[in-house]
Amino acid sequence: MDALMNFGLGIFGGAWPAVWTLLKIVLIVAPLMLGVAYLTYFERKVIGFMQVRIGPNRVGPWGLIQPIADGLKLLLKEIIVPTTANKGIFIIAPMLAIAPALAAWAVVPFTDSLVVANIDASLLYIMAITSMGVYGIILSGWASNSKYAFLGAMRSAAQMVSYEISMGFSLICVLMVSNSLNLVDIVNVQDQGRFAGWGLSFLSWNWLPLFPMFIVYLISGTAELNRAPFDVAEGESEIVAGFHVEYSGMAFALFFLAEYANMILVSALTSILFMGGWLSPVGFLPDGILWLFIKMSAILFLFLWFRATFPRYRYDQLMRLGWKVFLPICLIWLVVVGVWMMSPLNIWK
Amino acid sequence: MDFQTAVFFFLSAILIFASLRVITARNPVHAALHLILAFFTCGGIWALLQAEFLAIAIILVYVGAVMVLFLFVVMMLDINIDRIRQGFWNYLPLGALLGLLMVLEMGLVLGSKYFQIPAAEALVPAGISNTKSIGALMFTDYVYPFELASLILLVGMIAAIVLTHRGPKKSKYTNPNQQVFVKAKDRVRVLQMPVEKD
Repeated sequence: MDALMNFGLGIFGGAWPAVWTLLKIVLIVAPLMLGVAYLTYFERKVIGFMQVRIGPNRVGPWGLIQPIADGLKLLLKEIIVPTTANKGIFIIAPMLAIAPALAAWAVVPFTDSLVVANIDASLLYIMAITSMGVYGIILSGWASNSKYAFLGAMRSAAQMVSYEISMGFSLICVLMVSNSLNLVDIVNVQDQGRFAGWGLSFLSWNWLPLFPMFIVYLISGTAELNRAPFDVAEGESEIVAGFHVEYSGMAFALFFLAEYANMILVSALTSILFMGGWLSPVGFLPDGILWLFIKMSAILFLFLWFRATFPRYRYDQLMRLGWKVFLPICLIWLVVVGVWMMSPLNIWK
Repeated sequence: MDFQTAVFFFLSAILIFASLRVITARNPVHAALHLILAFFTCGGIWALLQAEFLAIAIILVYVGAVMVLFLFVVMMLDINIDRIRQGFWNYLPLGALLGLLMVLEMGLVLGSKYFQIPAAEALVPAGISNTKSIGALMFTDYVYPFELASLILLVGMIAAIVLTHRGPKKSKYTNPNQQVFVKAKDRVRVLQMPVEKD
């Protein structure tokens, strides 16, 4: 590592820190995009098997080159801008969708040292950046000047604002017990406790003491992603494809990339906040980045499983779940955790 | 000019441009988008001052929540710009006077000696998180103003609910007696329309 630093300093001189940061960004974004491509493949295969079909199997062995072929096709297609669309906003909307999905990765730690920016308020940063993802959807719906797109945008705006509240409350519980906003600290705190002392560290991760919040976060996360069963913003049987009905080619692909990048982000955050991140579940195995990837894959599989299993929520049921079920649960559990931490039974010392 | 000053001027230029566009843009959605840009840039300037908590909070609250709802409303409105522009010159003197007054007040506040913090005191010592120190101050020295503000917010929330609450929904039921005695002419109206020809 030191040799690399010296080599870089020799070549770029004073500009080396900037170049090094850019390199780190590329090292995260490139595998992320590859991950997105193969997540779509994985999704089609998994749902195919669940519905007793084969899934993609024509392009390459077992259809493995399918996502590359899809990407190439989308790159070569023309981007059609509707005549009455608001052109400027129509073009920047997909960029506004993908930019937060990538920017949030700046503070996601992979191990206690492998993180682009280890800042104190990283949890807040993630909440702020991901809350901006909704603009891409709203603006694309408005700028398309199409009623289906507009309906999708309205639904999505209302849904994301509602579920962000319960998501925020579940994160508040996590930061209360971790006593930190730093994601690295949040993981390290989960390695302490009675069970971790016995070598059963998976029982001292946040998912067990904060179990209701874990469930709320997972379901709100699915809703924030506009994934099935909360995909009323797309609702292909009701409003064709919702906000991106007028988009084609790479502009459409950007929405797609943003959705899947966000899926991977939510799975990474759930692993870090509630499932111990890179910590190994048992004492006799070493910690490592592999554990984080295993946990992320398990949660991603859960998202695909949801999509293959559940029918779409009706819009009023969705709002009811967000405001009348999750919000009261969060408020009550917030008080419970507060009292728990002040009582002699506190387990987070 | 060092790097920080250059970034400050860059952000300030964007902030001023965006704020001007908020009041000059003809399309209300464009105006709202420029307001979002202004909030975001404002967050950037605060981050430059090492006020990371405030910087992220303004983006989280204003960009992430308030402006989403605002945009939501603005998109649904059909605002006639020409009607709004009517009487612009009549209101200009009053508006200019108010603007001048606000500039004066801001100048007085910002120039007063209570607002001048020595650079040495403004810097947070290393190792202490910005968020933690703000939290500690909020719940010790400023606990009463803070609780008062939260109480006002609570009252606002309750007021909004009271204003829009329409009472419990009465259950719908049918009266079989009325249904039996309905005649076709009570419910159905036959209209005569001339044939439309192109």
